[in-house]
Amino acid sequence: MAEKAKGDLLVRLSRIDRRILFLIIFVCVAVPLLTGAKMKMSITQPVKGLYDAIDGLQPGSYVWLAADYDPGSMPELYPMNIVLLDHLFARNIKIISASLWAPGPPMAQRAFDAVAPKYGKQYGIDYVNLGFKEGREAVMLSAAEDLRRTFPRDFFNTPWESVPMLQDIRSLRDAKMIVSVSAGYPGVKEWIQQVGTRYGMRIGGGVTAVTAPEMYPYIQSGQLTGLLSGMKGAAEYEQLIARPGLGIAGMVAQSCVHIMVVVFIIFANVVYLIEKTRK
Amino acid sequence: MKLIKPAAILLVLVILASLVAGGRLSPGILGTWVAALLTLAIFSFLYKDNRIYKLAEHLFIGVSAGYSVSLEYWNVFRPNLWDPLVRGLHHVTMAHVFSLGGFSVHLPYFPGMLLLFPFALGLLLFARFSARLAWLSRWSIAAMVGSYAGLAMIGALQGDLVAQVRANMIPLVAAGSLGGIRASGNADDLIFAFLRLIQNPLIIFGLISTLVYFFFSREHKGSLGVVSRIGVWFLMISFGASFGYTVMSRVSLLIGRLHFLMSDWLRVIP
Amino acid sequence: MRTEVPVAIAFIAGMLMIVSLFVPHPVISEPASVVRGWAIIITGFAYVLGVANIARISLGVLRKRGKDWEYKFVLLAALAVMIVLGIGLGIRSGSAFDWAYQNLYVPMQSTMFSLLAFFIASAAYRAFRARSVEATLLLVTAAIVMLGRVPISEHIWGRFPDFTEWIMEVPNMAAKRGIMIGAALGGISTGLKMVLGLERSYLGGG
Repeated sequence: MAEKAKGDLLVRLSRIDRRILFLIIFVCVAVPLLTGAKMKMSITQPVKGLYDAIDGLQPGSYVWLAADYDPGSMPELYPMNIVLLDHLFARNIKIISASLWAPGPPMAQRAFDAVAPKYGKQYGIDYVNLGFKEGREAVMLSAAEDLRRTFPRDFFNTPWESVPMLQDIRSLRDAKMIVSVSAGYPGVKEWIQQVGTRYGMRIGGGVTAVTAPEMYPYIQSGQLTGLLSGMKGAAEYEQLIARPGLGIAGMVAQSCVHIMVVVFIIFANVVYLIEKTRK
Repeated sequence: MKLIKPAAILLVLVILASLVAGGRLSPGILGTWVAALLTLAIFSFLYKDNRIYKLAEHLFIGVSAGYSVSLEYWNVFRPNLWDPLVRGLHHVTMAHVFSLGGFSVHLPYFPGMLLLFPFALGLLLFARFSARLAWLSRWSIAAMVGSYAGLAMIGALQGDLVAQVRANMIPLVAAGSLGGIRASGNADDLIFAFLRLIQNPLIIFGLISTLVYFFFSREHKGSLGVVSRIGVWFLMISFGASFGYTVMSRVSLLIGRLHFLMSDWLRVIP
Repeated sequence: MRTEVPVAIAFIAGMLMIVSLFVPHPVISEPASVVRGWAIIITGFAYVLGVANIARISLGVLRKRGKDWEYKFVLLAALAVMIVLGIGLGIRSGSAFDWAYQNLYVPMQSTMFSLLAFFIASAAYRAFRARSVEATLLLVTAAIVMLGRVPISEHIWGRFPDFTEWIMEVPNMAAKRGIMIGAALGGISTGLKMVLGLERSYLGGG
């Protein structure tokens, strides 16, 4: 009788109102954020690969930073944008930023406004935001041939000839590396397919965790120099360059929720097995 | 009576706008409160579908659609089409095309004239709204589809097919992997040395078995069936990995929103 | 005219893109570059077409006072205000358009996507069952990856993150590569069929 009662309780628990599950998840995120707890972590090879590639660039060289994301992916990709700018500016790399996603340029500009003053970097001399261009792969190839024709004006509608750092640039291929912070299509994959492989350019990526597993074949083939995956990737990079941000701040909350989801899966399957055995 | 609610909303908006215009309310503070209330409105869906969520949802669709149109105007239409055409129209000349038996044919020409073609094709897209003229939009669609089909093809060919097949041509035993087993000092090192030893054969066989699974021209029986089944196991591992990463991704988005509410709005965390 | 001209346009545009990879000579690369520029412009119009369609449908509901017509009014009002602010007053930092983007668009889209965290956790609890060997393999891998990707796993086993990384780099990579090659072959054949006019479903009605 006691066994059956316990089994019934487990079965009832397995059919609990989902709003209680939502509340548990909310608590798992809110409490760690409130306590401000932080955790150190080991650095994975894909993150180290990107760090080494950027660290090896000559000061004064150009990097193309593609801000191919929207507010829906901001918590994962904006910290990456920030920490990459930190590293690039610290190495005195000149940055040309553009976006194949309409919401990208304001977020890229927000990141520039947050980081550039810390290093005394000036718009138009050390970095430029070329804005958004619709056309996906066509824009990539067009930029690789003639950047001025593709982006005749920057995000602020300033004509090409009025931006000092663009006068030495003919095409995207003048950059030593492309770093794409992307939320999906078009993004890192398309940069690899259209520009990286065709012109032999080095590509580094920052992607949402959803798309990260698909990038591993490109890492193994050498088409992708390095990769930041999701908020954890941003956290690892923040730790590497000793600039803690939202990435590191979110890791304890992330850990709590992951453990809770694993507990959910294990509990639900234990109950499933009990029910199956009874039948 | 029906107009009271929209009138009240309009009144609140007018009051807020005049407070901001008069410098009595900082746009930053107003913006944070608006963002926070909209965030809570959307989160209210978790309790149940409700009118406030629906209002926020439709507001979002309108705002995002209007945002896209404005961006297209300033980032594509003006710099890539309109401005070059207008500049060119200031330099119209009569260009000699050909001569025939004493007659010379001249046609008007201006720099950037070819842009009239994509302009026309772009406008033809809107023919879709007319049942009688909708067939004209096919020309524009064909131009887009043809271009992007060609681009996608060459991208898939050089970036995915050739490069990935080449990258899988690796030795069955990675150099130094046997030595790694002998040199292992502890249990962890031994485990990872073993994983490194089986790495290459797993990659080779994993790819082959996955491709065999997708080969549907023959029934998956016998040895083909066995290899196909192993391919399914590799696929399940990759789907499990993808699911784990998807959970990670979604949780990160929630962390971002709660961080905004607690930090920027309520200011209970730095 | 209704079929032959679009098929010819698709053929010319597509073949220019394909041949430009193999023939870098200006006689091919220059026209290909021009066509790419045109594709950028036409795609911009296509974007606006999508928005115009949303407006047309919403106006229809509003006129007939259909279901949820009040919400359609809000949608159209927001659309109109954003277009007036953006095209009329500009999109620079600090503008009213920028304010609307930062305080309406950004929080709403971020929140919409963050709802998924709750639903995926709920789905993990209520729906994911190890009913077969394959499903068990999927769930076990998911659990290992979820634990291995957070710093707390290093307290369980110091090499947990390395083991997770091995799963990503070996079995996951092999399967993803198989999917990628299969998709590439499918994409190449479909693209070729479209360019050669054997596949005409994209022409649709009209």
